[in-house]
Amino acid sequence: MAESQSSAQPILKLRGVSKQFGAVQALEDIELDVYPGEVVALVGDNGAGKSTLVKVLAGVHQPSSGMIEFMGKPVSMDSPGKAIELGIATVFQDLALCENLDVVANLFLGQELSPWALDEVQMEVQAWTLLRELSARIPSVREPIASLSGGQRQTVAIARSLLTNPRIIMLDEPTAALGVAQTAEVLNLIERVRDRDLGVILISHNMEDVRAVADRIVVLRLGRNNGVFTAADSNSDLIAAITGATENAVSRRQARKLEPAGDLT
Amino acid sequence: MTQPNSQPALDRSDSRVRHDEDLLGAIRGFIDRVRSGDLGMLPVIVGLVLIATVFWSLNPVFLAPNNLANLLFDAAAVGCISLGIVCVLILGEIDLSVGSMSGLASAILGVIWVKIGLPVPLAILVALAAGAFMGLVYATLLNRFGMPSFVSTLAGLLAMLGLQLYLLGSTGSINLPYASVMVRFGQIYVMPAWFSYLLAIAPGALMLWLGIDRMRRRAAVNLSNPGGMSVLLAKSGILTVLLLVAVHYLNQGRGIPWMFGLFVALVVGMNYALTRTKWGRAMFAVGGNREAARRSGIDVHRIRISAFMLCSTLAALGGMLAASRLASSSQQAGTGDVNLNAIAAAVIGGTSLFGGRGSAWSALLGVIVIQAISNGLTLLNLSSSLRYMITGAVLAVAVIVDSLARQSRASHGRA
Repeated sequence: MAESQSSAQPILKLRGVSKQFGAVQALEDIELDVYPGEVVALVGDNGAGKSTLVKVLAGVHQPSSGMIEFMGKPVSMDSPGKAIELGIATVFQDLALCENLDVVANLFLGQELSPWALDEVQMEVQAWTLLRELSARIPSVREPIASLSGGQRQTVAIARSLLTNPRIIMLDEPTAALGVAQTAEVLNLIERVRDRDLGVILISHNMEDVRAVADRIVVLRLGRNNGVFTAADSNSDLIAAITGATENAVSRRQARKLEPAGDLT
Repeated sequence: MTQPNSQPALDRSDSRVRHDEDLLGAIRGFIDRVRSGDLGMLPVIVGLVLIATVFWSLNPVFLAPNNLANLLFDAAAVGCISLGIVCVLILGEIDLSVGSMSGLASAILGVIWVKIGLPVPLAILVALAAGAFMGLVYATLLNRFGMPSFVSTLAGLLAMLGLQLYLLGSTGSINLPYASVMVRFGQIYVMPAWFSYLLAIAPGALMLWLGIDRMRRRAAVNLSNPGGMSVLLAKSGILTVLLLVAVHYLNQGRGIPWMFGLFVALVVGMNYALTRTKWGRAMFAVGGNREAARRSGIDVHRIRISAFMLCSTLAALGGMLAASRLASSSQQAGTGDVNLNAIAAAVIGGTSLFGGRGSAWSALLGVIVIQAISNGLTLLNLSSSLRYMITGAVLAVAVIVDSLARQSRASHGRA
């Protein structure tokens, strides 16, 4: 897989991207490549800069310095609308849905069909078709979002990101609030999206989910790149990269667990 | 289970949802919605029946056709202002200066038209432009400096009141010529009977035509039609009968004022813009979840500018309608209860103070309630002190109903 990717052009290429919030250096010199048909997982501890990076790529924040190339051309994303226009769709951690609007209105928000005389029928058909493709279980698309469960909202948010035919879809903690079955469904969804030859950026704290779908795992630590791994690499290496040391809370805890077991035998 | 012989409609594949199919189902669905706090127009209708019964029993003149025609004349001005308020309320903002704006507009009209002697259309245009400008100022203060609209419009209220007094000068009021079209429009002009009947039939016919067209298009793409033909026929039939009765009754007296017709036309236009255009969708999205709207690529700043400009411009129009109704531009125009009446009308009609919910119709229904109360109290010869107190109480009740309905919607998962 790695060989085919090196020949293909990356959809998204970040070089030296930095972001400051006052005195805080949230991102420093970040490099990231995303190829078509690839799931890149972005992992890191709390405060590693994952969400900041997502917001930069979604056009919510503007980088303080650095270069972003999309399809080989340098771009600047000064508003969320610009990012969507380019083909970068984002599913935010807080989903960013309007609870007072129904499913159809949320799916098409900002991309309504025929702006001067909304084509509700066509929008509803497309909504059902899309939700069915994702094998989503939404009882009715004419109920306000407020009446849906967490998993259903997540599905609506992912479906919305696919509506604009993006090149890249970014998912910020898509499984954090989900049950076992819904998590599996979201992972299936991610694979289906990848098979459409889209680039996927997955942000997650859940190593199990990350290993299940990611082709590459990019580790961020304190706002900097801290290594690239694959699902084949060992868990301790990955955790060492995330926490910044082989001697860390996770390894100490594991050692503690092993010790009494060793004493008994 | 055997294989169904025809594929179920696209939106009917989930067996967990109860689908209300026929007329009875539609009624059941309506009761469900009301119980969960989605009151819609119910409070208004209950309120109107209550008000009509009470005032009619105290003074039968209240329901006389001519008094109702007067009521409609009075309703148009405040109604226009209230329609603008609906726009800013949907965003979850407020404009407290609409009363002053209307007063300022009437002063501008009087000064340019009567004092300086320029043509009326020019005076109207200047007043509308002043309204649009003030809206732009409020929206810019909010967009650039994050100044809450509550504060900026409060400042605007005082500033515009001052400007109104300054423009009117020491004389205090300017009389508008009685014979002019402007004043006759505000006091005398009513629709010919045949035209009013035509207008009474139009909404029902339009509803039927659009409904059938919608059903046909939905059937073509394998979507179900909730309610179906029976509900559609019942709805349009009831609407047509009610309107015909109302129009017939009003035509026993003076008839239906053109000024009220103008107001209803504005409401219909606003309703279309809010429900059937991308702009309207963006308004509700910004009111519901501003950050979500922004991330979907909606330009929140421009939406705010459009809402505040519409609100102030409609307030200016309302002020001029009030001036033509009274045939004068006075220092009292737009003061007193105009502000609160306009806001109360929007809330009573069902537009939420908390943003994200509302409709253009709430201005129409709400202003009729407010105007009916004010008219009834005037007929009873009550002093304005008592009128203020009662209107204040009605506003309080309306806001309480809004709050309770919101809590109930939240607990029933309806936002």
